Amino acid sequence: MKAKIRKIAVFVEETLKEMDQAVNPPTRRAAAVAVIENPCAGRYIADLTELMDIGEELGDLLAQRAVAALRIEGPKVESYGKAAVVGENGELEHAAAILHPKLGAPVRKVLGKGAALIPSSKKRGGPGVPLDIPLGHKDAAFVRSHFDGMEVRVNDAPRANEIMIAVAVTDSGRPLPRVGGLTKDQIKGEDGLR
Amino acid sequence: MPKVEVRKKLTSMEEIFHEGGPMASVPLRRAVALAVIRNPYAGAYVENITGFMDDLKPLGLEMAQSLIAALGGDAKAVEGYGKGAIVGSAGEIEHGALWHVPGGYAMREVLGGAKAIVASTKKVGGPGTRLDVPVTHINASYVRSHFDAIEVGLADAPRADEILLALVMTTGPRVHARVGGLKASEIKGEDGLR
Repeated sequence: MKAKIRKIAVFVEETLKEMDQAVNPPTRRAAAVAVIENPCAGRYIADLTELMDIGEELGDLLAQRAVAALRIEGPKVESYGKAAVVGENGELEHAAAILHPKLGAPVRKVLGKGAALIPSSKKRGGPGVPLDIPLGHKDAAFVRSHFDGMEVRVNDAPRANEIMIAVAVTDSGRPLPRVGGLTKDQIKGEDGLR
Repeated sequence: MPKVEVRKKLTSMEEIFHEGGPMASVPLRRAVALAVIRNPYAGAYVENITGFMDDLKPLGLEMAQSLIAALGGDAKAVEGYGKGAIVGSAGEIEHGALWHVPGGYAMREVLGGAKAIVASTKKVGGPGTRLDVPVTHINASYVRSHFDAIEVGLADAPRADEILLALVMTTGPRVHARVGGLKASEIKGEDGLR
């Protein structure tokens, strides 16, 4: 492993009720988070290849962990998202290097498919900062019931020279979706949009 | 007695490999189980509330079992524990105290009879409130290497008429424990203290 991992955290959230209405089956989502050393912290480094390679490793590791936490097969995942927080001695571009060039392919491999763009967010912050991971349907970004977000945080991360990276997956959309739009049973799942 | 209505659950597990020192030969694992329930006593002063403690026992057991599962499935691996509650703003701190008996009972039950008092904390708060749940050794409260705390919370809980219940377990000492005191290997494990 190129990534020097200090910590991995996995979260599973299950919603059984909303406004006294039963959510049946309960909606479930999981996020896996890795806290790693930022090899580029503290100085300007032009070539971010090392971070891109770390992104590839973490895509596989975090997708595996998150899917395992939901106790389902990869192809049963309905929506996904990714996010990163860079500690104060790093730059936003470090998060971009991890998230965008290479992290997606291994995530899709774990899920079997994933025609849609993986929605993402990033920021710089200190220990305990909340990270809102955007969520969208994995094969058709326009599925409105699956537009969502999952908040995660780790109280002691990221330290100044660290980066915290998260991959989230779900087996469902929002708890009681009723704002119309494209539904999951209407999608073609070819162009990643509809 | 009122029935227990669960709106949401969260389980999370952190695996700590190092904290700037030598890599742990066995990573420390720390797991959290949260349940957000309706507070049956919210909004008014109710004198007799003790019956709800029994009602909470099945939920406590379910949460304790989910902690063991998150830590790998072996109850013998558990060395530390703690519990806590956050009462929504239409309730009182005494409602949080209802968790002492069922929360503690549940963890002792699944651990096969732990000796030490379960460290605990509680407060009244709104959605997103964080709670630092204290952790101590399951058989001897004075084991210094196992004094720890886990920060827990959920972005959307507790609502005013809810209670967020927490149980936590750990598999060992702090990752770089080195401040002396009673060691886990030295305990008698009879009185719950040493």
